[in-house]
Amino acid sequence: MSTRIILPDFRNTPVVDQVGIEERVARFTTRSIKKASKMQGLKLTLSMIDLTTLEGKDTEGKVKQMCYKAAHLHDVIPGIPSVAAVCVYPTMVKTAKDALKGTSIKVASVSTAFPSGQSTREIKINDTKFAVENGADEIDMVISRGEFLKGNYNYVFDEIAEIKEACGPARLKVIFETGELSTLDNVRRASEIAMYAGADFIKTSTGKISPAATMPVTLVMLEAIRDYYYKTGRMVGMKPAGGISTAKAALHYLVMVKETLGGAWLSNEWFRFGASSLANDVLMQIAKETHGVYQSSDYFSKD
Amino acid sequence: MTTKTSKKPETKLGLDFTTDWAYAPAPEDTKHIKLEKQYDLFIDGKFVKPNSKKYFDTVNPATEQKIAEVADADEKDVDKAVKAARKAFAKWSKTSPKERGKYIYRIARLMQERAREFAVVETMDGGKSIRESRDIDVPLAANHFFYNAGWADKLEYAFPNRNPQPLGVAGQIIPWNFPLLMAAWKIAPALATGNTVVLKPAETTPLTALKLAEVLRDSGLPDGVVNIVTGAGRTGAAIVNHPDVNKVAFTGSTDVGKLIQKSIAGTDKKLTLELGGKAANIIFEDAPLDQAVEGIINGIFFNQGHVCCAGSRLFVQESVADIVIRKLKDRMESLIVGDPMDKNTDIGAINSKEQLLKIQEYIKIGKNEGAELYQSSCSIPGKGYFCRPTLFLNASQSHRIVQEEIFGPVLAVQTFRTIEEVIEKANNIPYGLSAGVWTDKGSKIFNLTTKMRAGVVWANTYNKFDPTSPFGGYKESGFGREGGLHGLLPYVKF
Repeated sequence: MSTRIILPDFRNTPVVDQVGIEERVARFTTRSIKKASKMQGLKLTLSMIDLTTLEGKDTEGKVKQMCYKAAHLHDVIPGIPSVAAVCVYPTMVKTAKDALKGTSIKVASVSTAFPSGQSTREIKINDTKFAVENGADEIDMVISRGEFLKGNYNYVFDEIAEIKEACGPARLKVIFETGELSTLDNVRRASEIAMYAGADFIKTSTGKISPAATMPVTLVMLEAIRDYYYKTGRMVGMKPAGGISTAKAALHYLVMVKETLGGAWLSNEWFRFGASSLANDVLMQIAKETHGVYQSSDYFSKD
Repeated sequence: MTTKTSKKPETKLGLDFTTDWAYAPAPEDTKHIKLEKQYDLFIDGKFVKPNSKKYFDTVNPATEQKIAEVADADEKDVDKAVKAARKAFAKWSKTSPKERGKYIYRIARLMQERAREFAVVETMDGGKSIRESRDIDVPLAANHFFYNAGWADKLEYAFPNRNPQPLGVAGQIIPWNFPLLMAAWKIAPALATGNTVVLKPAETTPLTALKLAEVLRDSGLPDGVVNIVTGAGRTGAAIVNHPDVNKVAFTGSTDVGKLIQKSIAGTDKKLTLELGGKAANIIFEDAPLDQAVEGIINGIFFNQGHVCCAGSRLFVQESVADIVIRKLKDRMESLIVGDPMDKNTDIGAINSKEQLLKIQEYIKIGKNEGAELYQSSCSIPGKGYFCRPTLFLNASQSHRIVQEEIFGPVLAVQTFRTIEEVIEKANNIPYGLSAGVWTDKGSKIFNLTTKMRAGVVWANTYNKFDPTSPFGGYKESGFGREGGLHGLLPYVKF
């Protein structure tokens, strides 16, 4: 059974009031999460992490080490989940895929001339196909921010739709680089375009531009996901990426998901953190909850 | 234009806010709070036993347990308080303005030092959530003292070339919804302008005013400048009718306000009244809807709806009514109702049993009138006075739940089609305290604010208070302004 979805006019997407968003966000940070609630939240956080390395200096060796860490975050304490995925450049997908054989950890690959997206459609499609052929389970594409800011929404839409097609079975995450979109109204508009064009996830940032993920931006995107779900019945995932480096901040994001979208989104199928240093801070908190004292960062592996 | 096919939307989509990840209980510690078993009257700088020898209980509405006994002041006690205030006036009104300012600053700082204690006592006595008493009531009360302290030696700039003089003894009667904050609203401008005060807190929430008396004493404020007498209606009447009171300031119900106005008719007492309200919160189709929904929630559920300026009538433009109501229902599901002392709690206890019964009565009336009832599915504690957040959909202008002030977490929802219609309906009410407008279009805001007959109109926000901003009503919502430069005016003559 299927129905046709009517596309909205992307010039008239719902508006957002920044002051109101910031007030709402402040409320999420005041919920009490401690003891059992904290432990549960921390483990949930770990299971939602896309452990990421996206550097020019990445090598197979570096990626292999990170993949081992992804599956064995901190074997000293039993019962720690593995992360959701590792996120690498297309050339590293094969290495990561091999290294993660036998685990449930997904391999995500950035594509479409990440991080700037300044390339031709053809190259972007090939970039995506290359990653998928090498075994990527998930594709993190960037939108063409220049075209978006020019008002060329059809271009952005078509590009996402074509990349989605190139993804085949791989899930598509669409990165807006919200730090370059400048207004929350633009974030909302980009969210609508991406979801209607077929995004499985919408994602804030590449991690290469500051500001990266912020709570206000994420809330705007979660609200867009909610409205889209009510319109179409399709769930879309959310991935804030970059800038979330503390366990406390991560828990605030989970509160925001819980109170905006409800329990259905509180799993790594629908919510991810794109982060490289978050895992260790969460592990430190878990160790503290387990042993009652903080340990030095030297007790946690840096891969 | 259509795009690729997708899964058919289920007939009834909904979000489920019950998750197995629950927040940790976080009750605020009350052990550090020192409360007496019995509180006397604060007259002439000392706590004194009441002439009546009678005491009444003040109860924690969240537990229904008695917290303390409070003196019931009779006419003789009030007379004593007014005499003390009169005696103190001679000196206080001649104290140099700069000195007066110093005392008021000191009161503000002492309140800040004891902020946590004030917040906890306010929540114990009144049932409001600790989040609100801690983040709003107490800091804002201190800010009113700070702000008015600044005016004390600048009155000649507030009223240039007019030689402002104090009135004398101010009798002030305050309500139970913001006990400490209302005390600050009343006392601070009176002191800054050189008046002395006899203040009566509400009988269900006298404790923070009595704690404030301790602060006033500790601040070294001269004896008799502020006197605090506790009691119910009779005590209030004694203040209003006392011949040596020069000014009456009342915040409370419209019925009592009318009585006060009658009883001081023919005297030269000055009067300000801040009475009930039934504010319209107006959502246009071009508004930022998610933030508007947040504003509706804050507008009606802030302080359990015990707010005279609560946005208790919602007007939604018909083209977005379905979506706004859906969002509103979803948002209500994430509100936590329960122990006011818990930091997670969004909505605390109803202030008193009497008030809870009144709210329940109105819910019954609304149902009988044919409005569609909706309540959030949250659980509420078995003991204590609690009420679920409540909506009445498809309400009509002629419903009693639309016309009368409920003073509880009950929102009457109406739809409208045109701007003329909503202006007419919003104004078509005996009250005129406040209103809210939600639209992305600035010109619409200015058009509407000039046509709303309400003392305060908020645009794209709601329930924002600041000591620098005047507050007060039109029509049956009262007269006179509190806060800001305007708030000094009722306490001076020229």
